Amino acid sequence: MAIQFDPSVLTDSLPALAEGFATTIAVWIGGVMIGMVIGFAIALLQIFCGTWVRRFLRVYIEIFRGTPFLVQLFVLYYGGPSLGLSLEPLTAGIVGLGLYGSAYFAEAFRSGFTSVPRGHIEAAECLGFTRLQVIMRVQLPQMLVIIVPALTNLIIVLSKETAVLSVVTVPELTFVLTGIGSERFAFVETLLALCVCYLALVELASRAGQWVEVRVGRFLTR
Amino acid sequence: MFSLHALLDALPYLIKAAQATVLISLVGLVVGFVVAIAVCSARLSKNRFVSKLGGAYVGFFRGVPLLVQLLLTYYFLPFIGINVPPLVAAAAAVSLCEAAYLAEILRGGFIGIPHGQLEAAQLLGLSRLHAVLRIQVPQALRMTTPSLVNEMVMLVKASSLISVVGVADITRTAQNIAASTYRPLEAYVAAGLVYLVINGALSLAGHRAERRMARA
Repeated sequence: MAIQFDPSVLTDSLPALAEGFATTIAVWIGGVMIGMVIGFAIALLQIFCGTWVRRFLRVYIEIFRGTPFLVQLFVLYYGGPSLGLSLEPLTAGIVGLGLYGSAYFAEAFRSGFTSVPRGHIEAAECLGFTRLQVIMRVQLPQMLVIIVPALTNLIIVLSKETAVLSVVTVPELTFVLTGIGSERFAFVETLLALCVCYLALVELASRAGQWVEVRVGRFLTR
Repeated sequence: MFSLHALLDALPYLIKAAQATVLISLVGLVVGFVVAIAVCSARLSKNRFVSKLGGAYVGFFRGVPLLVQLLLTYYFLPFIGINVPPLVAAAAAVSLCEAAYLAEILRGGFIGIPHGQLEAAQLLGLSRLHAVLRIQVPQALRMTTPSLVNEMVMLVKASSLISVVGVADITRTAQNIAASTYRPLEAYVAAGLVYLVINGALSLAGHRAERRMARA
């Protein structure tokens, strides 16, 4: 059987496609934002707080890193209502992606904090910096530069995880395109378009990451 | 409210379904590793065309979500006349995707070996194959053990996506339990626990292997 490629499948539903792509990007950015904020908070708490809080956060990180994103999403979206937490698919998707990402971001930030040389912190303490000042003025600027590659990688991983959200009916790119595919029985066109869109997204994100890496690279102490 | 009873009821089914998850992950690891060796050698090849080809493979399989790759094998293959059972299609997709990640890890390991060692091996009269097998591979494996273990955990988690194309793994079974008992929270939390146990065991074994190799 010859494979037929009918571009009208895609051009006919261009508005729907664009909307799906926009949703993917919105969910992605939302998830990354939430993940970074929570992840950063966790990393700070791990530095400042005592053993018990640290152990609790460790468990949090291990749970989110040790279970599949799909299962986490199911717990949040289908299991949430049993606990009185009913979320729209889109909200559940963004929150789920954020929580999943937060565990990985927390680890990236933590490794960043520990990679700043001990001598720098001691020097700052000798100069009379408070604990907060040491973090904000010595550790943070340096570690942000160091962890740029790790952050880029995480952000790219999360962009691909957004495809999983189609399973809980978030109207993002995969959901829209597979919908069109089954409707018109045109899997060649839709799946090909899906691959191209994600490849472009990932390529763009990694280029942007490299650009940032070069830009901030000059602040690295050698 | 959360019912511990429902959770405990779901566990036996999920543990049984864990076989499918472990099986797919194992197939993905073994087949993926074999393909990864080919892809990695292609990427390290001196032939520009071959190394570009390897790069394109890695770029595609790491740039497209695994879910999309699964959908590709699931919808696309029957469409062009190749009929395979869902389990086989899923295993193939997972293996090919895994190969891309493993190839990059292995490449990192091989690049990390100082070039002088190969030259020394040549001077000592070792054949090329001998040098690769006895000098490069053991070191590359030892250096990449942490990443390989990490990748195995990622693989077990990624295998949950095969539930979408209908393979009865842990996630799919949890869905079925949720549908028949109307207790999705307990079913999915139980599924999460099973995954945690598998991944916990994996990383524990990984740490052991790391320590043993560090001594060697």
